[in-house]
Amino acid sequence: MKKKILAGLLVVASLLMLLAGCGNNSAETPEKRKAAGNINIGISQDLDESLDPHFTVAAGTREVLFNVFEGLVKPNAAGELVPAVASDVTVADDGLTYTFTLRQGVKFHNGNPVTLQDVLFSINRNVQGTDGTPLIASLGSVSDVKGEGNTVTITLSEANPEFLASMTLAIIPEDYDAQGTAPIGTGPYKFVSRAAQDSVVLERFKDYWGTPGTMNTVTYKVLENVEGLILGLQSGALDLVAHLSPTQTAQLNTADFHVVEGTMNLVQALYLNNAVEPFTDVRVRQALCYAIDKQEVIDMAFDGYGHPLGSSMYPAFTKYYDESLTDYYTKDIDKAKSLLAEAGYPNGFDMTITVPSNYQPHVDTAQVLAELLKEIGVNATILPVEWATWLSDTYSGRQFQSTVIGFDASEMTARAMLGRYYSQAHNNFNNYNNAEYDELFLQATSCFDDAQQTQLYRAMERNLTENAANVYLQDMADLVAVRNGLEGPTFYPLYVLDVSSLHWTK
Amino acid sequence: MKAVAKRLLTLLLTMILVSFLTFAAFDIVSGDPAETLLGTQATPERVAALREELGLNRPFLVRYFSWLGGFFTGDLGTSYNYRQPVWGLVAPKLKVTLLMCLLCFVLVSATSIPLAIWSYRWVGGAMDWLRTGFNQLCMAVPPFFTGILVSWLFGIVLHIFTPGGFPDLHAHPWGAFKHLFFAAVCIGIPRAAMTVRMMRSTVVEEMQKAYVRTAISRGNDRSGVLRTHVLKNSLVSAITFLGQTMAEMVGGSIVVEQVFGIPGLGRFLVASISNRDYPVVQTIVVILALWVVLAGTVADVLNQIIDPRLRTGGKA
Repeated sequence: MKKKILAGLLVVASLLMLLAGCGNNSAETPEKRKAAGNINIGISQDLDESLDPHFTVAAGTREVLFNVFEGLVKPNAAGELVPAVASDVTVADDGLTYTFTLRQGVKFHNGNPVTLQDVLFSINRNVQGTDGTPLIASLGSVSDVKGEGNTVTITLSEANPEFLASMTLAIIPEDYDAQGTAPIGTGPYKFVSRAAQDSVVLERFKDYWGTPGTMNTVTYKVLENVEGLILGLQSGALDLVAHLSPTQTAQLNTADFHVVEGTMNLVQALYLNNAVEPFTDVRVRQALCYAIDKQEVIDMAFDGYGHPLGSSMYPAFTKYYDESLTDYYTKDIDKAKSLLAEAGYPNGFDMTITVPSNYQPHVDTAQVLAELLKEIGVNATILPVEWATWLSDTYSGRQFQSTVIGFDASEMTARAMLGRYYSQAHNNFNNYNNAEYDELFLQATSCFDDAQQTQLYRAMERNLTENAANVYLQDMADLVAVRNGLEGPTFYPLYVLDVSSLHWTK
Repeated sequence: MKAVAKRLLTLLLTMILVSFLTFAAFDIVSGDPAETLLGTQATPERVAALREELGLNRPFLVRYFSWLGGFFTGDLGTSYNYRQPVWGLVAPKLKVTLLMCLLCFVLVSATSIPLAIWSYRWVGGAMDWLRTGFNQLCMAVPPFFTGILVSWLFGIVLHIFTPGGFPDLHAHPWGAFKHLFFAAVCIGIPRAAMTVRMMRSTVVEEMQKAYVRTAISRGNDRSGVLRTHVLKNSLVSAITFLGQTMAEMVGGSIVVEQVFGIPGLGRFLVASISNRDYPVVQTIVVILALWVVLAGTVADVLNQIIDPRLRTGGKA
């Protein structure tokens, strides 16, 4: 009997040795990747259905495609717009005419040179959209796009200092119809392949006009389960994963990994539906602001990582960010209670917080909020919903009382963060309706003087804070787990990951 | 012949019913494919245009029958999320999951039947108690938990495979095999434990039957009887159970694929459901239905070979 057990154990052991020994040379290890100058990056969400840069929706897709596409200008890490496909930009004194000189020798990933026709096509495609409405709101003021030789002249119907930011729109070849599945751009990395719900592969573009990246092949691995991402790092399948939480990075061995802290560049808030009772009353909204200590939320749900915010603007937008708004409401339970009493809710009320259940940070935040709100007699129930449901019912349908979510800026303009509170905006999902705000918004979007426009945007931020449009919480910390030996990444004021900034140390 | 035709008809009806129910379920749940695709960039105009493009504005039955018509003519439709033909997306994932489930099935069958016979030796006593406890533990442990343990031990400590780094099936078949092997073990453990328990109790039951007593009184030894008569009689229920196992493995594979980062059918199904990618979900659901019905059919056929009394027309 014992012999049989022993024999069985030996069989198992030899099987394991066989598994371990054979074919390990085919396995990819971090050392091999380092030697070959390759990198594997873990992402938690597959990219959009279309990789056409003019139709990207998800922030996760923009994050990857940032490396593949460039516009006439592109943002740098400091948040400034620098020339890319254009080598030079001049703006007329009246602010109505922009003249771009195309850079010589810029090539597409298929080897073809970028022509004036391609540039005009790319711009016109965005201006006209699929149905006549521009794909980017700030292109609405474009009245004419002309090209001659190697210059492109764009004329606006009204001056708009934010216009240049929209010229980060990707330049793509005109006579190419597979942009959605096999995209071609001018960026430092070219698209190689994609396997649904599995991986996306990019390769260094040898003919890049600017400083090329150092990584040869970049493989994005899609692992929608966070445990899977952490395991992937530990097992050596992945070298870098961004957007992790402190609890997740704590599981990693510091001998193999270091954690770089940046910001997510988004505004996380308890968004209140201003058109639904009791949040129609400004006093109720203010009471919630007084009841919630942002730092307490950050400490409890995020181990202290995160930057508290007081309005719909995050610190990386230094030009527009107003730090003084952060402490506009300091925790004051008595004040909150008296505001509630004034509004007719002396004993508090019941409310529902809708959260997309696939975003754990938002779920965690909602739980802390529900706890904090008890202090003023507000009884919050958390309603977790699927992301698709959140999009259709909460966001598009505006059927909710309150929700925890984060909004980022798709382009580097204040309008991208503040435009949604204009009462007529199609994406004003929390139904903010303030006459003074609308007035400021219309002034700001038609103002050419940059300093004056900045003042208007700052006034709009203050308006949101004073009227407690929402309970603004924080710009979440972006913890990036990086394998030791790998340097970078550089943080941008946008939700992107610049692969060119990554390199293995010698 | 009649039996085969009946089987095929059942198969067809099951698949149609399942596809109809899936279609109907998506019509009831909230979440619109066009709104999901456009995300926070949705404007009413863009949503309307996309709905029109995807053909979502047609009435429910029209959509269903157009899908069904396509299905019977070999056109599985185009994925909303990838704008590619569904079959091209699903086929490589089906291959991976199929391989994993076959591997799991082989492991379960190859371990549980010998273990069940072996464990029969200890009826009563401390060893039996220990064995029952271990068996219970194996049955109770959920695959995702074993998955995390196995990934940690064999992936991170022993570096036998690379969790999260599933290699290409054709380029690195051995690496992929190792990956699938450990995943198959995790799915298989509870199923194997259940098979052992079920089969063991059948063996115990059979051994008390009159024919065993007769055989032994004629001078046959116990293990000979066990191997020649009892085993064959116990196999019928075991095979039926293994047939169900084959069907249920797909359920286990969904979770394990996520833990191990295997690009299989289960993960793709879950992702497609949350993306509201109906054409993909429909196809996968029909494949799964086919799988379940086929597993049952194969088990029935095998049982009829082993036990002629079960053949149609035969007398029990």
